[in-house]
Amino acid sequence: MAYYEEEDLGRFKEVGKHRPDLFEKFMAWYEACQEDGALSRREKALIGLAVAHALQCPYCIDAYSQACLESGSNMEQMTEAIHMASALRGGAALIHALQAHNSVDKVSM
Amino acid sequence: MARELKVISADAPAAPEDFASKLAAHGLRLARAGRVEVFQVNVGKLCNQACKHCHVDASPARTEIMTRGVAEQVVAALEKFRFPTLDITGGAPELNPSFRYMVGAARALGTRVVVRHNLTVMFEPGQEDLPEFFRAHSVEVVSSLPYFLEQQTDAQRGRGVFDKSIEALRRLNASGYGDEATGLVLNLVYNPAGAFLPPKQSSVEADFRRELSARYGLRFNGLYTITNMPIRRFLEYLRRTGNEERYMRRLVEAFNPRAVEGLMCRDTLSVDWTGRLYDCDFNQMLELGVPRGLPQTLSDFDPESFDGGAVAVGPHCFGCTAGAGSSCGGATAVA
Repeated sequence: MAYYEEEDLGRFKEVGKHRPDLFEKFMAWYEACQEDGALSRREKALIGLAVAHALQCPYCIDAYSQACLESGSNMEQMTEAIHMASALRGGAALIHALQAHNSVDKVSM
Repeated sequence: MARELKVISADAPAAPEDFASKLAAHGLRLARAGRVEVFQVNVGKLCNQACKHCHVDASPARTEIMTRGVAEQVVAALEKFRFPTLDITGGAPELNPSFRYMVGAARALGTRVVVRHNLTVMFEPGQEDLPEFFRAHSVEVVSSLPYFLEQQTDAQRGRGVFDKSIEALRRLNASGYGDEATGLVLNLVYNPAGAFLPPKQSSVEADFRRELSARYGLRFNGLYTITNMPIRRFLEYLRRTGNEERYMRRLVEAFNPRAVEGLMCRDTLSVDWTGRLYDCDFNQMLELGVPRGLPQTLSDFDPESFDGGAVAVGPHCFGCTAGAGSSCGGATAVA
């Protein structure tokens, strides 16, 4: 059995079957975040795509790949956003090398 | 969860909702606005290209083209009814032997003439002078260029089309097209290179203007975003790639009631290569004629019977009401 089903993305609202009040609050917040503001929809879609990759959420990757195309981004721009997220994840892992250095230093002569 | 889809026929996409019911649910009635503003003539399916998204199924192998006799009926109708705009499409309309006759006759009557010009036809034998012909007749040129990058353009329109299109745009610019000072209008058309909705028209127009100028020194007047219609070759693509259900759901979910008022079927009369009448070029390709009771052919047309009348609709109409709306003149509403 696959844990992720593509169709489930379209069933997202079923999450509101229980405690619909909480789901509605979430959706109002989520949709407000998508609107053009100080950042454009296009920029927000690229941020969404980058975060989707950092989270490795297949639903979000599907949703924000489409959102990026529909807001006018091309694959070069989308790939740069994905690299940005990946580089940040890589950097976040690598900075922990100092934790290892500290650990090793503490027990070394 | 119920996933029942309505299938009208093999030619029609499977939509999760009925278009007429959707309009009714929003308290909307789709009717003709009044007089016909745009007389759109499809002179046939012959084209020098075979684009993946083509709703006409046009290609070099198609032989269905308008005869001189029907072209004369078109000119007679222009003379009699004085439609403000003649919009000539195909196929590649320039390949029809009656094309230049129709343009010349329409311009002599003072009719605004728009030609849906695919750019690459300019490199076909005998068509090299098209920029000069367009200029001499003050034709408004509308040309498809899916993207300002080669990969997306060639993926949709065929290998080598991007380079030829750029060269054709250079020649049109050299003839004065796209220059505000000359009044010679060159508008571009953006179609998504796949199963997704177009971006905001003003945003993608700004991208095209910046990139075409910086990369190639090209200019144009405006850009229309047009949604890919789920009929004919694009529907086949959707089915072949397993995208039909998802695309149709996307169109239906993005239904925008504010896009209805500006739909082109409200003030367009579409005629096919045989002289039959339709509410739009998409209905034409589905052979969905104007509603019963109305004159069905150009030779029988009378404007009064169309005034305020109903429009023939089907599931493909969700393509024109999704997001910011879509028409031969681009977006019809703010999304």
